[in-house]
Amino acid sequence: MTDQTGLSGLVDRAALVTPPVVARRVRGLSERAIAWLFITPTMLLLLAINIFPLIWTIRLSFTNYRANRPNATVLDVGLANYQSILTDPDVWAAMTVTARFVFWSILIQTLLGFALAWLIDKKFRGHGLWTTLILLPMMLSPAVVGNFWTFLYQPQIGLFNYIISALTGAPASSFQMLAQVPLAPWAIVIVDSWMWTPYVMLICLAGLRSIPDYIYEAAEVDRASPWRQFWSITLPMALPFIMLAVLFRGIENFKMFDMVNLLTGGGPGSTTEVASITLKREAFEKWRTGYSSAFAIILFVTVFGLANIYVKALNRVKSR
Amino acid sequence: MSEVAQDRPADLAGSRWPRALRRGPMESVATVLIAAGVLMLLQPFALVLYTYSFVTTLAGVVMFTIVSKFPD
Repeated sequence: MTDQTGLSGLVDRAALVTPPVVARRVRGLSERAIAWLFITPTMLLLLAINIFPLIWTIRLSFTNYRANRPNATVLDVGLANYQSILTDPDVWAAMTVTARFVFWSILIQTLLGFALAWLIDKKFRGHGLWTTLILLPMMLSPAVVGNFWTFLYQPQIGLFNYIISALTGAPASSFQMLAQVPLAPWAIVIVDSWMWTPYVMLICLAGLRSIPDYIYEAAEVDRASPWRQFWSITLPMALPFIMLAVLFRGIENFKMFDMVNLLTGGGPGSTTEVASITLKREAFEKWRTGYSSAFAIILFVTVFGLANIYVKALNRVKSR
Repeated sequence: MSEVAQDRPADLAGSRWPRALRRGPMESVATVLIAAGVLMLLQPFALVLYTYSFVTTLAGVVMFTIVSKFPD
């Protein structure tokens, strides 16, 4: 009640301070015109910060423009940048590194996320507290997580190395998660899984909670074993939600930059150089702006395509 | 109008839009193209597949954008 009085008072004050000329003009406008009046600033902002840079990037992708030489002559090179990227074995290698990272992180996150959701769905004593604790990593900023895990992976003082040492008996300083070629990709997969498994768990939990109880009751009447109930009811009915989580994490991991940049910066060598790190190196270390614009467009089209599939899957889940 | 025609969705009943060009199947074809393009981009086996991945994904994306305006 107080809020409503306050709001009407605010509206009255706004009406009083509106100059009569403006008030007369607004009164003469149709509802459609007023709607456009409100939408236009947002549309202009969207055009300025989203659409214009996209069109500009497409334009630059057909040129040899270098941002560190703004006064140099800019030549139209046609599809040469695209040809160069799509035939370059080094860029292909970056794509395969990305693929490995996406595959393993999604596999681990899906298995762990579904298992956690299945356990949380059992509603044991204190499950609310456990859910909150499990969700904590997801709420942190990737920059914080990157720095935090850099310390955990320290060979001399890092907690991770000490835990592995306690479990395996190997000296804690005998391995470096972020500096050794076979371990560095796994270091990133572990951090990403630690951070994003809770998200997959949340989506799977939504899927599990959407299964009506009467289906399980009917299965009990038919004397279906818990194992059979899991394979014939739980998994098929939660599958659209699992697919949704896989697709979303796939898109996010495909364009992963911040965490990899903080943890390894693409190293050692180019072991963890995912596509976004290659793009950053081309754009801001080698200053090949035209080339990196073409690369950005290739990544954009891929993510846009995946997002289309994601929206289609989301609509299918909604219509259930 | 026959009973069969009445059972069809409202926007298709009486429509002359070809059945083969309905939104659902065409979107599925576009989705397959996009998925194939992404797999070709990320696979570690053949450079030639990687080379043609972008064209495949782009074709799928353009097709998806167009066919999503088709009637159901």
